[in-house]
Amino acid sequence: MIRIGIDVGGTNTDAVVMDGDTVLAGVKAATTADVMTGVVNALKMVLAASGMAPSAVDVVMIGTTHFTNAVVQRRDLAQTAAVRLGLPATASLPPMVDWPEDLRATIGNHYWLAHGGNEFDGRVISPLDEDELLGIAEEIKAKGINSIAITSVFSPVSNDFEKQAGEIFARALPGAHISLSSDIGRIGLLERENACIMNACLRDLSAHVIDAFRKAITETGITGRFYLTQNDGTLMDAAYAERFPVLTFASGPTNSMRGAAFLSGVAEAIVADIGGTTTDIGSLHKGFPRQATVAVEVGGVRTNFRMPDVFSIGLGGGSHVVETDKGIKVGPTSVGYRIVTEALIFGGATLTTTDIVVASRRESLGDPAKVAHLDTGLIARTQARIMAMLEDCVERSRLSPDPLPVIVVGGGSILVDGPIGGLQVIKPNHFAVANAVGAAIAQVSGEVDRVYSLAEIGRDEALADAKSRAIEAAVAAGALRETVEIVDVEDVPLAYLPGNATRVRVKAVGELHV
Amino acid sequence: MQIKRIVHAADMEDIATGGAIMGTGGGGDPYVGKLMAQQAILKYGPVRIIDVTELPDDALVVPVCMMGAPTVMTEKLPQGDELMNAFRALEQLLGRKIDAVLCGEAGGVNSTTPFVVAAASGLPLVDGDGMGRAYPELQMVTFTLHGVSATPMVLCDDKGNSLVLNTVSNAWTERLARAATVEMGGSALLAFYAMDGATAKKAVVRGTLTLCADLGRSLREARAAHEDPVESVRAMLGAEIIFHGRIKDIERRTEGGFARGTARFDGAEEWRGHSLRLDFQNEFLMAERDGKVIVTTPDLITLLEAESGLPVTADSLRYGLRLVALAFEATAQWRSPEGVALVGPRYFGYDVDYTPFQPNSGSGL
Repeated sequence: MIRIGIDVGGTNTDAVVMDGDTVLAGVKAATTADVMTGVVNALKMVLAASGMAPSAVDVVMIGTTHFTNAVVQRRDLAQTAAVRLGLPATASLPPMVDWPEDLRATIGNHYWLAHGGNEFDGRVISPLDEDELLGIAEEIKAKGINSIAITSVFSPVSNDFEKQAGEIFARALPGAHISLSSDIGRIGLLERENACIMNACLRDLSAHVIDAFRKAITETGITGRFYLTQNDGTLMDAAYAERFPVLTFASGPTNSMRGAAFLSGVAEAIVADIGGTTTDIGSLHKGFPRQATVAVEVGGVRTNFRMPDVFSIGLGGGSHVVETDKGIKVGPTSVGYRIVTEALIFGGATLTTTDIVVASRRESLGDPAKVAHLDTGLIARTQARIMAMLEDCVERSRLSPDPLPVIVVGGGSILVDGPIGGLQVIKPNHFAVANAVGAAIAQVSGEVDRVYSLAEIGRDEALADAKSRAIEAAVAAGALRETVEIVDVEDVPLAYLPGNATRVRVKAVGELHV
Repeated sequence: MQIKRIVHAADMEDIATGGAIMGTGGGGDPYVGKLMAQQAILKYGPVRIIDVTELPDDALVVPVCMMGAPTVMTEKLPQGDELMNAFRALEQLLGRKIDAVLCGEAGGVNSTTPFVVAAASGLPLVDGDGMGRAYPELQMVTFTLHGVSATPMVLCDDKGNSLVLNTVSNAWTERLARAATVEMGGSALLAFYAMDGATAKKAVVRGTLTLCADLGRSLREARAAHEDPVESVRAMLGAEIIFHGRIKDIERRTEGGFARGTARFDGAEEWRGHSLRLDFQNEFLMAERDGKVIVTTPDLITLLEAESGLPVTADSLRYGLRLVALAFEATAQWRSPEGVALVGPRYFGYDVDYTPFQPNSGSGL
């Protein structure tokens, strides 16, 4: 199978061509303002570099931050109707209550509360009222809104009401984009509703962007299918991505970590992605990034997305190096992409971490003569400082006392020399384009997040039920059934309730069914 | 009546942060309660805080709080009128006007719930509570020590149901109300422990709401100024740093509806080579350093993220987190023999006697 992986970042659009498990070529192109031109350029470059005919490409996988940026920059967002099912409960806090004012205004602050919803144990709070929903549909129609976000209380436990309400709105408002919260988020009403509303307000944009990706691929003569990567490092096909743009939100760091796992062949490790300005560190478990457990804000909105637990520090190949009376200071300021003109070795006047590496003669870059004057004490102290920063970061990300290796990827990888905090360091081939590789090798997943009463069914039975639901979800998302395996199981007892109510979260992944 | 402080909607951020610190790992995430208090204040106006000493002896004071699983409340948000329904129903039962609102538990989500009632009723809110921290059971309040009955108590749900309890003891109230809360969908809101001003002056743990507000503000300001946020919290509480380290093992189990467990830490920085064991039942209840018990309930143990100084709940403990453990003295009421019998280590099933913890008395390293 010939795959192309693309990662559209803020500065670079990277692309790789892979034949099975072999990377044939990897390139970096500049990201363009319209994004599409950069994608076309990267595709053409990587096809040329690999000598691959466009017609031979089976699939293209794209990781993009386009939708995140749209929310952060408040642009291209549609007017959205937020409909919540749960009355009489939940009336105390309306949808979007905690959103930044400008974002709420951008999408119109349209919301309705209706009857419906479930209790934690699945009991009905109040039955769905079709007439009530039809009345809301009339108002939505009158306001000319075409995107609807439906959130029902405890829909991760039972999503029947969301589905029924979605059907009622679909009949009443033909052609409307409908997003259901149970497809997107987990327990935590406001956070899940926020994600659902953000998804809904991106639906017009996603139709446009997915179409543009499709055209960019067609323009280069590629006829294979294409997919987008989501937060958890797995794929969604173009049609699904168009319906769930919000699921792309953290795909960037996820792809670099997945790429690192693949290139190194190591599934249990810490990954350090060292760029020009920052280093992102996270941990891999069974080849997937460990996910954050706390609420993550996107564009000022609290969400509970499936996001990798990544810790960032201001250390990169372009970080400033300054000697102070308290010792050497490295970063967080950086010359960033201007390193090619501002670093000493490139004739500039700023001492950067890359200059130190060249001065230590570990790497040959630019003009080494321009750093020959640097004091050997300064070089040694800076290197020690860099390693100490990385060690502290790596320690934070360790999830077990096992001596896991550290996989180092990204353009700034040259900063690392030798073990970090006693842990073995792996620098795989193609480390600079690990993120595009991560996109290319993405798998397909299914996840469940439900509350079980362990007084009624045993823990083993509850876990078995959750696992089989996760596997079915993965197969439904396009995974080959025989390759699906459970990669994550988590059960957390709900405090203060008898009957051992326990929240179970299970994730299954499998190979893409091509 | 002298007003001690006026609380506006924006001030609730700091109170919620402080409430999480005083929650000692339990009591639930104050996020939803904070938003509800902010909505109420925006709608009805700011909340006036008074010292308990401002109350006439014959004044009627009523505490309010949320009972049940905080996780449920983050999903099934309240309808909004439950607290006021419970408050007004109890007022009607008592047959006289309530003069002031009181906080039952100044830790976790319940550090914020009384602000909803104070804003909506326009009544002053007493600066204090019945715990000076968070505890898992309804009878675990200083009010119990002063013979105040939890009942008559009114428990309300989102549907408009209300339940009046009249019980023989506060322990029975806990038992019956817990069962009702589950039927009501896992979380309910209530008004209870009605008392007069004279009793409140003896029973209330004083100053805890302004302490929450000050802790939150101090932490926020220290973070903004890039100062040491952990030290800002420690200094304000007069607490001792009993440990700094990483979680190397975490073990959880559910018993009787409570999240019990044990977290083990390896020391970092100046604590390298030392170890800490922390036992919790929703709240952090016992700390054992290098094999020796150094702090137990009712004295307070709270965990802060080493870098940010933000409080960490028992639910979110996981391997590898680098945390600082602070310990400080409980209110003198809890340190009495009656207090220790109600909330001491033996009540929670730990086979140790309570030894009062004296911060910064040289018991550290």
